[in-house]
Amino acid sequence: MNKEIILSGFGGQGIMSMGKNLAEAGVEEGLEVSWVPSYGPEMRGGTANCTVILSDERIGSPLVEAPSEIIVMNRAALHKFEPEVVPGGTVFVNSSIVPDKVSRKDLKAIYVPCDEIAAELGNGKVANMVMLGAYVGATKALKVETIENMIHEIFTGKKAKLVLLNMEALHRGIECGSCTE
Amino acid sequence: MKREIWKGSEAIAEAAIRAGCRCFCGYPITPQNEIPEYMSAKMPAAGGVFVQSESEVSAINMVYGAAASGIRAMTSSSSPGVSLKQEGISYMVGAELPAVIVNIMRGGPGLGSIQPAQGDYYQATRGGGNGDYRTVTLAPANLQEAVDLMFDAFDIADQYRNPVMILADGLIGQMMEPLVWKEHKPRNLPPKSWAADGRKGRDHNNFITSLLVEAADCEAHNRCLEKKFQEMEDKECRWEEIMTEDAEVLLVAYGTPARIAQTAAEHLRKQGIKAGVFRPITLWPFPARRLREIAEQRSVKVVLDVEMSLGQMLDDVKLAIGECKPVRFYGRVGGSIPTVSEVEKAAAGAYEEVK
Amino acid sequence: MTTIYQKTKGLQDTTLHYCPGCSHGIVHKLIGEVMEEMGIIDTTIGICPVGCAVFAGNYFACDTIEAAHGRAPAVATAVKRTHPDQPVFTYQGDGDLASIGAAEIIHAAMRGEKFTTFFINNAIYGMTGGQMAPTTLIGQRATTAPGGRTKEQAGEPVQVAEMLSTLKGLVYAERVCVTDIPHLNKAKKAIRKAFEKQMAGEGFTFVEILATCPTNWGMGTAEANKWLMDNLAAYYPLGVIKEV
Repeated sequence: MNKEIILSGFGGQGIMSMGKNLAEAGVEEGLEVSWVPSYGPEMRGGTANCTVILSDERIGSPLVEAPSEIIVMNRAALHKFEPEVVPGGTVFVNSSIVPDKVSRKDLKAIYVPCDEIAAELGNGKVANMVMLGAYVGATKALKVETIENMIHEIFTGKKAKLVLLNMEALHRGIECGSCTE
Repeated sequence: MKREIWKGSEAIAEAAIRAGCRCFCGYPITPQNEIPEYMSAKMPAAGGVFVQSESEVSAINMVYGAAASGIRAMTSSSSPGVSLKQEGISYMVGAELPAVIVNIMRGGPGLGSIQPAQGDYYQATRGGGNGDYRTVTLAPANLQEAVDLMFDAFDIADQYRNPVMILADGLIGQMMEPLVWKEHKPRNLPPKSWAADGRKGRDHNNFITSLLVEAADCEAHNRCLEKKFQEMEDKECRWEEIMTEDAEVLLVAYGTPARIAQTAAEHLRKQGIKAGVFRPITLWPFPARRLREIAEQRSVKVVLDVEMSLGQMLDDVKLAIGECKPVRFYGRVGGSIPTVSEVEKAAAGAYEEVK
Repeated sequence: MTTIYQKTKGLQDTTLHYCPGCSHGIVHKLIGEVMEEMGIIDTTIGICPVGCAVFAGNYFACDTIEAAHGRAPAVATAVKRTHPDQPVFTYQGDGDLASIGAAEIIHAAMRGEKFTTFFINNAIYGMTGGQMAPTTLIGQRATTAPGGRTKEQAGEPVQVAEMLSTLKGLVYAERVCVTDIPHLNKAKKAIRKAFEKQMAGEGFTFVEILATCPTNWGMGTAEANKWLMDNLAAYYPLGVIKEV
């Protein structure tokens, strides 16, 4: 397996942590992984994207020219990265924020209303967990239980009450990701 | 051993603490702020000292002080800040003090950019301060190597009583990768009987200085340093060879570009061009002898040096290879990173040209 | 045979290189005597400057470290913090401390570093040959101010002890001189007090010593002592500047 993923959106949308979650889950499953961030100079509100590679083999370049999947959380991200996706690749679109459709016919598009689902669950901050679920549901690149275990590990102590919320977000995302098959 | 995922800068800082570093002094500069931040949080618990200094000049001189009094010490910075540290590094070599300096390189010259670059190769390997001197320069290409090299860096510094530089591009500092905390077997190092840490019954005072006012004394001192540099050249050279046995195109690169070159070489092989990568891990001493041997292999048609600079290591590559094989260069600068396809194209082009 | 006078054990048994009439030797002796009397020769770490006292490490009996020009307070910061139970001092001239090392001394004082600085103020660059220092007086001749320092050209001289005393980290600053026995005794007391306050962990301690440089002032020894009292001590008042 070799997944080369670019995640992109606004700073503050949890792009970096979504990428970290993917990378950490990859390590749990014994894969070779890398995570590379790319920031604008702003601390908040600028563009944020990161590149994650999940692979069975030693990773050479941690940077990716032709990603197998992109996760776009805002409109600019779609326009910037859609042309780069490898033919046959997949675009995950946060349809709550991005009104446009994927224009290339050689790509698979998965539309996930991340912010709407997050709002339904009562916490806008879990929009990225919805998207992570969609990615896992659609690609099966990682086991669902690995992500579930990770959620239990991340949210401990005072934050333990967030476990249920994140689990719900994950599974709503997985539904979105798998039902498009 | 458990694989853990770490961010580059934090892994470097943690490795330093585990390697016995007990004094860190630094000044904020992007893209390496995670190192001082990590040190400020973790060093006190390790029983060590953290100081945010008023400048990079001060930071390196604090490290000079800690090193002079026998403490394993380190500073980190990024390119413009490392320029300011050159005075202190020269003094440490002159006074024969061990310390580790981490440079997470960004684009230059001047303020440049905050993205990854390799424009400080000359400064690191030629000695950016005054006088005839060298610093062992270690260039990790992944986080496992970055942490392993931190242990070596402190040992090498102590063994030769000379500063050691970790030269990493901004990508190594910023990226996350899994790594394993290996058992490190420390070198058999002599006690620091030279340190100015209080006489405590010693029959003489220890005076740490780089001043030798008589020319004859200063020359003799330089000759002693020369002997150490020679020993470092003989014993501390490191490199990695990837798919070089039958390589027709030999890519030479260090740090992140070496990883890009590796992927490019894999792609080239699928296209029928046998490519391999020679990756110097020590930039000084430069693994010239081994590079020459590989370049002399009958299979090698052309050598392509790839850097995030205008061609600095290129000088060492050419010195090593001489006229035996043609040498070509591909570089991106100012914070731009060469892509795999660019390197493939440059390598294929060089191959076509000499075929 | 009776011993009438013995050199302090705080200094090594060697010949000093300082010019006739220079105050450095006397100040070295006082610091050596205080270290001996306090029993701290074996634990003290001294940081030497660039300037005339660049060889001080060959004179003091304690362990010593030669710093780059102006950087002694940075060096001392790390030495003291990694050896908190040992006395640490810097010994710096006016070019070293008040010019090239201004940032280092201000920030060490601001942080309240628990070491002592002995500041030798002779209002001139000695070793490099009599150039103007930040402490050179208005009208005083220097090789880079041949007509005498002017306010228009170089501004007015800096009163370092007063300037540093505005910083909360500094707990003790006294200005002394060594022109005669009474002043010399006061100087020695100040040196001892600074060491004591340092070892009590109170904060940064600072002793400014007005010093003579007959060679670069172009005077004889007696004349230099008089010029110091009439001119330097007039602009740089003697006594305790700050004590917390």
